[in-house]
Amino acid sequence: MSGPRTGQAGTLTRRAFMIGSVAIAGGVAFGVYQVRKPHPNPLRDAVAQGDAGPAVTLNPYLVIDADGVAIVTPRAEMGQGVQTTLAALVAEELELPWEAVRTLHGPAAAAYFNAAVLAAAVPYPSWDHGWLAAGLRGVAGTAGKLLGLQITGGSTSTADAFVKMRKAGAAARLVLIAAAAARWGRDAAALQAHQGAVLDPASGERLPYTALAVDAAALEPPADPPLKPRAQWRLLGHSLPRVDMAAKCTGSARFGIDVQLPGMRYATVVANPYLGGHRAGFDARRAERMRGVVRVVDLGPAHGDALAVVADNSWRAFRAAAALDIDWRPAPDVLGDSAAMLDAMADAIDTLAADATPRDDGDVERALRIARAEARTVIEAEYRAPFLAHTTLEPPAAVALRETDRLTLWCGHQAPTLLRDLAAEQAGLAPAQVDVRVQYLGGGFGRRAEVDFALQAAAVAAALPGTPVKLTWTREADIRHDVYRPAAVARCIGVPGRDGLPETALLQIASPSVIRSFSARAGLPAMGPDKLITEGAAMQPYRIPNYRVVGYAPDSPVPLGYWRSVGASYNGFFHECFLDELAAAGGVDPMDMRLALTRDYPFAQAVLEALRALCGWDTPLPTADGRRRGRGLAMTHAFGSTVAQVVEVSDGDDGIRVERVHCVADVGLALDPAIIEAQLQSGIVYGLSAAIMEAITFKDGRVQQSNFHDYDALRLARMPDIRVRILQSGDAPTGVGEPGTPPSKPALANAIFAATGERIREYPLNRHITFA
Amino acid sequence: MQPARIALTVNGQRHSLPLEPDMPLLWVLRDELGLTGTKYGCGIGQCGACTVRMAGAPVRSCTLPVSAVTGAVTTIEGLGTAAAPHPVQQAWIDTQVAQCGYCQSGQIIAAVCLLAEHPAPTPAQIDAAMTNLCRCGTYARVRIAIARAAAALGAATGDRT
Repeated sequence: MSGPRTGQAGTLTRRAFMIGSVAIAGGVAFGVYQVRKPHPNPLRDAVAQGDAGPAVTLNPYLVIDADGVAIVTPRAEMGQGVQTTLAALVAEELELPWEAVRTLHGPAAAAYFNAAVLAAAVPYPSWDHGWLAAGLRGVAGTAGKLLGLQITGGSTSTADAFVKMRKAGAAARLVLIAAAAARWGRDAAALQAHQGAVLDPASGERLPYTALAVDAAALEPPADPPLKPRAQWRLLGHSLPRVDMAAKCTGSARFGIDVQLPGMRYATVVANPYLGGHRAGFDARRAERMRGVVRVVDLGPAHGDALAVVADNSWRAFRAAAALDIDWRPAPDVLGDSAAMLDAMADAIDTLAADATPRDDGDVERALRIARAEARTVIEAEYRAPFLAHTTLEPPAAVALRETDRLTLWCGHQAPTLLRDLAAEQAGLAPAQVDVRVQYLGGGFGRRAEVDFALQAAAVAAALPGTPVKLTWTREADIRHDVYRPAAVARCIGVPGRDGLPETALLQIASPSVIRSFSARAGLPAMGPDKLITEGAAMQPYRIPNYRVVGYAPDSPVPLGYWRSVGASYNGFFHECFLDELAAAGGVDPMDMRLALTRDYPFAQAVLEALRALCGWDTPLPTADGRRRGRGLAMTHAFGSTVAQVVEVSDGDDGIRVERVHCVADVGLALDPAIIEAQLQSGIVYGLSAAIMEAITFKDGRVQQSNFHDYDALRLARMPDIRVRILQSGDAPTGVGEPGTPPSKPALANAIFAATGERIREYPLNRHITFA
Repeated sequence: MQPARIALTVNGQRHSLPLEPDMPLLWVLRDELGLTGTKYGCGIGQCGACTVRMAGAPVRSCTLPVSAVTGAVTTIEGLGTAAAPHPVQQAWIDTQVAQCGYCQSGQIIAAVCLLAEHPAPTPAQIDAAMTNLCRCGTYARVRIAIARAAAALGAATGDRT
């Protein structure tokens, strides 16, 4: 295979001359005309603008030109392999050979709405397929379509695409066969799609899709074509070579930061270091005199009074930015100390009304009253988790070009339609005048659902009309001006029963609302309780007689964002460490305890049983080398998937070593096992890095960390051996990008307890124990 | 510092550019020569995304002033192409190492230098050489790919002797 296999729909326009037929209605149809009516096919415009050579679009996921078929994979490729798996959904039904598959990200368009990301927000556990939960999911998905949100997040991409992209491939196959039948004057039922062509098995004649596309585009595709049974899949269910791999291993993959345009200038931004502070004045004269500096742009109050320096080289922009003399002033009334912020969160449990109580089984008050009256063991524990940064390895970067009545943005982004709309508003343009060209993301993790850096690039470009501007944040800016994973506090009370199993468990969790913080920035409505505050603690597949999970949503001066696995990233730690405490107090084995508590949830039991075998739970760990060893277990159900992990640690003179991680994940249906394995490993490394060493702290209203020397992550030398086993209990895929993260932190903390007897209720754990 | 004409050889091509002597090599490669395969990650030599090969050894180009460049520089673009990858790149592709891919130019350059020095590296040598940060956590496959590349390069050397 040679040459790039991925690209942008815009690049096709050069050889495009005609457009195709009706767009395929996607996953959700809810009986209302406006909702049933598909969004217009955005490729029609892209393809119609061209002036030479034939290209045809059959639906929003396909473009056929003289070079073959290109599949539009309208989700951000941030490493999770989504473009490969989405392309495979179409290629499977279209009978395309994998070697021939090309992908395009496609334009920002409402047709690529993500129904699953909103459906996942309904307040029912994902295993609840009852009429009310399913109905609400349908309504939420319909609303997602009406809003036209094209979002990559919530580990929803394959779940969202699973039916609609296969249907797109199947519908295209049927019109291509019909076109061949008409061309040959034969019965369509006697023809087959095979290896990128229509084949007449009787005569052996073949017509490639490229020769049939123009005819096929004139035909009305079936709205609801039948899909192949799973037993006939030749691509899905198999580990495929990723479409982005060769480019990423040869330096030719283009990330947002790599976009180059003729006459381009290079910019960076200096933003207010104080939470809620302001700028009293600035002196740019020294910076403006420096070599290569084009100008200094005051981005104004809409960008927090940030200043941008534009130069003819990124390094010159960085240097001049450092030479700006800016009088930043802190806000007088803002709580600017993270330790105090966490104390205030703990206080909120006593002083605030509950935001939501998503689980309330039995009678917790009565059970605690009786337990205390009987002087039984009552375990009380407070857990804490810090603010965290995303630190995508590609720092925030975007290229913007403002022309008369037009704005073009190039960057990696997880929510391009949102960016398009907000950029249009800022520029005083209509959304149709803004073109967002999504590039590869050098990591997403939720950071690139934010619009800040791209809107800054657009604002700088507005000051230099006609000149493309690449805006790059320094790593220091990234760490100090992230939207952070919120800190959180959990107050837990539990009682082991007479059989040793937990009889009562109360978790009160306080954390400021990410949804409200994000929605306020994005101009989106945020109504009702924030389900994410308790996500990963509520709706776990456990039966405990008296079991309540309560969320509290204190305000926070810190801007908050979606961070890989969001609420589950701290709730997995709180819930699973506390269960481990209850097991110890009840004198029961943590694995036996969870198997007993999951008796109503066979899918969770299967995960635990598989993990027990995988990690050799019942075999003692070696002690011959004199190091103390321990295993820790944790399980979290999140993003529709159930993931359980056992971490093995050893403790010696040099401290704690993380030796091994065993992971069993039920992902519903595994579309690409090698990609899923990589995602689970990735989620584990991301979680362990945070658990061991990461924290963002504030002092006097400023972030104290600035770069990888004080905000690091695991490197290869400390990387544990990770073994993954994938289970499939369903007939549709569930999330894989995020659910590896939540159980990794508690499994590690529980392993440290098993090895050392030390119960650590706060991370990063290196505040309390030394790691080798 | 005042600009001076600075000569350097990158991927076999000689360049002579008027540059501040303290401009880090990274920004010469990316913004002056348009070689964007080498990445900016931290600017302080911590993450390794900017790793290039200079006179056979890995260097962090984000902290190396262009005036301190003392030998021929090889970037990821100088190793191989998608159509004709270097054996280490081929091992990376066969192992399906990359996720987001942003760190992989630096990882691959570091591995090329490691294997040049230690054709059959021990786990300790791999740990010591592969210090690059990967936020996607691809380390397990990096290890596999290094073993695969070592085997391929060793076999190729064996063929020639």
